[in-house]
Amino acid sequence: MKFIKFLLVGLVFGIVLTKSEAVSWYRIYEMFHFQSFHMYGIIGMAVVTGVVGLQFFKRRKVKDIAGQPIVIADKEKLFTSYMVGGIIFGLGWGLVGTCPGPIYILIGAGFWGIAIVLLGALLGTFIYGLVKAKLPH
Amino acid sequence: MLLLIYFGKTFGMSSNLRTMCSVLGAGKASEFFHFDWKAQRWNLAVVLGAMLGGWLAVTYLSDGSGVNLNPKTIIELHQMNIDEPRGKLLPDALTSGEALQSPKILAILLLGGVLVGFGTRYAGGCTSGHAITGLSNLQLPSLIAVIGFFIGGLIMSWLLLPLIF
Repeated sequence: MKFIKFLLVGLVFGIVLTKSEAVSWYRIYEMFHFQSFHMYGIIGMAVVTGVVGLQFFKRRKVKDIAGQPIVIADKEKLFTSYMVGGIIFGLGWGLVGTCPGPIYILIGAGFWGIAIVLLGALLGTFIYGLVKAKLPH
Repeated sequence: MLLLIYFGKTFGMSSNLRTMCSVLGAGKASEFFHFDWKAQRWNLAVVLGAMLGGWLAVTYLSDGSGVNLNPKTIIELHQMNIDEPRGKLLPDALTSGEALQSPKILAILLLGGVLVGFGTRYAGGCTSGHAITGLSNLQLPSLIAVIGFFIGGLIMSWLLLPLIF
C-alpha cells in the first residue's frame, strides 16, 4: 500500500509529460534548434514552481509526511563529471530524444522500439559502474 | 517533484537505471551496484506509474492532434528524410515496425541509450534530477550539468544528426 502514492506520482508524471509532448522526439529536436518556446516553457515553469515550492518548504521548515525535517542533499562540488557526463548525456538526448523518464513513459505508451533505448541505457549505466574508478570526477 | 520531497524522497528518474542493473545482478561485476536497492523500490513504483500514465495519455486522453511544429523545423526534418509528426509523438523513421528492422536504426537507438545511461550516471542526474530538482534547489553543479546537456544536445542536433540521417 505504501507504494500506491509513488505509483500515483508516476502516473501524473507520465500523463503530464505525454500531454505536454515533452516525451516527443520532435519537441527535443525543436528545442535544440531554438525553433519553439515549447520545451523552455515546460522546463522553465517546472523550475519556477520548484524554486518557489522548495523555498516555501525551507522557510516554513515544513515536515515531510512522516514528520521528518525535509533535507535535500546538496550536489557534490565537482566540475569535470558534471560537464563531461552532461555532454555525453546531451549527445544521447539529442539523438534519440529521450531522457530517462520518457523512456519508461514511451514504452508504456506502446512505442516498443524505445525498449532498445532502455536496454542501451542499462548497458551505459553498467559500463559506467565498471569504469567509474578510472574516470576523472 | 514537490510531492516526492514531501514524501521524504527526491525526484530523479535516472537512478532507476542503476537500481535495475543491481536487480539484474550487476553487483557481481562492480562495487557501484552494491547498494541497498530494495530501499529504492519506491522509485520503481514511480516508473510503473509513469508507464501507466503514458498508456492512459495516448489511449484515453489524446485527441489525435499531435505535435504542432514550427514549419521551419518540418522543412529541416524533410531534408534529413525524417517524417513530419501528423499526430504522432515520435518519427516513424525511428520507431515504426519497418524502421526497427533496419540495423542502422537499431544501432542508433542502442547507442543513444548507452550515451544517455552512461552520461546521466557520470553527471549524477538527468533532466529530472539536475534541470528540475537541482536548479530548483539552486545548485551550481546542476547548472554545470545542464550546460553540458545543452552542449551535447546542440552538437548532436546541429552537427551529427544531419550526418547520421
